[in-house]
Amino acid sequence: MKAFSVSKAVTALMLVGLVLLPLYSYLSGNIFIMTLFTRIVILALAAASLNLIMGFGGMMSFGHAAYLGIGGYAVGMLAQEGVGSGFIQFPVAIAASAIYALVIGALSLRTRGVYFIMITLAFAQMAYYVASGLARYGGDDGLTVYKRSDFSGLINLSNRTQFYYLCLTCLFAVIFLIWRIVNSRFGLVVQGLRSNEQRMQAIGFPAKRYQLVCFVISGMMCGLAGALLANNTDFVSPAVMYWTRSGDLMVMVILGGMGTLFGPVMGAVVYLLLEEFLSQITEYWALIMGPLLLLIVLFGRGGIMGLLGRLNRG
Amino acid sequence: MAEPLLRVENLVRRFGGITATDNVSLDVAAGELHAIIGPNGAGKTTLISQLTGHLEPHSGSVSLGGRDITYLPAYRRCALGLARSFQITSLLFDFTAADNVALAAQAHAGHSFRFFANARKEKGLRDTAHAALDRVGLLHRADVVVNRLSHGERRELELAVALASKPKLLLLDEPMAGLGVTESQRMVKLLQELRKEVSIVLVEHDMPAVFALADRISVLVYGRVIASGDPAAIRANDDVKRAYLGDQHVVTHHV
Repeated sequence: MKAFSVSKAVTALMLVGLVLLPLYSYLSGNIFIMTLFTRIVILALAAASLNLIMGFGGMMSFGHAAYLGIGGYAVGMLAQEGVGSGFIQFPVAIAASAIYALVIGALSLRTRGVYFIMITLAFAQMAYYVASGLARYGGDDGLTVYKRSDFSGLINLSNRTQFYYLCLTCLFAVIFLIWRIVNSRFGLVVQGLRSNEQRMQAIGFPAKRYQLVCFVISGMMCGLAGALLANNTDFVSPAVMYWTRSGDLMVMVILGGMGTLFGPVMGAVVYLLLEEFLSQITEYWALIMGPLLLLIVLFGRGGIMGLLGRLNRG
Repeated sequence: MAEPLLRVENLVRRFGGITATDNVSLDVAAGELHAIIGPNGAGKTTLISQLTGHLEPHSGSVSLGGRDITYLPAYRRCALGLARSFQITSLLFDFTAADNVALAAQAHAGHSFRFFANARKEKGLRDTAHAALDRVGLLHRADVVVNRLSHGERRELELAVALASKPKLLLLDEPMAGLGVTESQRMVKLLQELRKEVSIVLVEHDMPAVFALADRISVLVYGRVIASGDPAAIRANDDVKRAYLGDQHVVTHHV
């Protein structure tokens, strides 16, 4: 064990910050920061799920936002049909994501590289247009969720603090799961396939089967994020599935550090905070954001986590 | 004699107008070290790839232990006891040596849909990995990432990976490629040890090594087997001398 590592220290600091945030919000009376950080935590969860296939599995999915929509619509549509229980909504959101991932994955994983990127993107755009066509559920305009998921008194999602901690718990649980998975037999196979597929086949692993299962697990995790997101905004629309949203998730993962456990969380925090503050300064915030991201990606190979790691070695 | 371990019958593989494997038939008996030699472009790697399942033949058949495996995917053949090393080193370069071997052991230990326990702490897998590394003399490098291993060490690691799946038949595609003199000698010694335990098909350019190791040699030229026999017979064969060894390239003794 190393005595001290910059990246570990910064990660720990960030996690403590996330846990104590409601306290800060309470003491300072800043309510907005809770709203902002609930969104950050949910998107961090989505980014972490993307990182499982992208960072550890080497599968560059450019359609991950589709799950945000599927999870969100599962909540929204069930709520509209009078099924308000979170105990039904959340499992349905996750199961629907799993089914989508299974079908999309089985088709997409026949391709590699750029083709895989393009085909996952194409499927997500299809999901986007399907959602736009759902006249009964708001079509283009989206669907308002009038009542948040009901967990029969166990937890109240309309309470800002309780909802925040629910999201944070989900994030930590997912990261814990990913940690176990990447060190398991299954995880080593998936990472081996990223490293050298030909070699893995020669050793005796059927590549696609493992990649597909990984793809489905990742989709389910992101579906959970979608269900939380719909509750956070009380609204779901096709826009959450748009390709730019998938791009945002990729940027968060790359910015934070692909293939690291906490990189995506770091990426989500930095990316969304930057977006928030830069857009307050100027309307043309993207002009600053773009070059900034370029710099980090160019000079910080391995993203923020990579940069911090190198600080340590001096 | 009993059924050969590996039987290749009338194998044909074309690439456009070129017939890279032209009606090749050969048998490998259990316990045998069968070398395949031939000049560059003779179709040695193409042949090996069809044996391992990385390439499908256009006609003909391959059987292992009496079972037809001609169209079986690579990973299934592996389960039947076929392991290979690559001509161009193919390893998980960002994994440690031990991880590379342990994964091969893991593949051999059934499916890997286990999501929770830390695989690097599974004693059975680690022990197998360390044993295989020890076998090729790499145990002291077990925890080094492959990227940091020397070329010679990587070639040895390829062997360890192949051994970890406890194969019946080892297909070695130029294991000496790029090795220095001392490294080559070590590899020959190692193969001499291994052949006692496992049948081997050896594709190799290093003639002294081939003649020192092989029970039988098949000579491949333009995709066709022009001669097959024990080393003495091959050395004496006029066709082989003309087609492959050339006039100036005389095979010297090697014991």
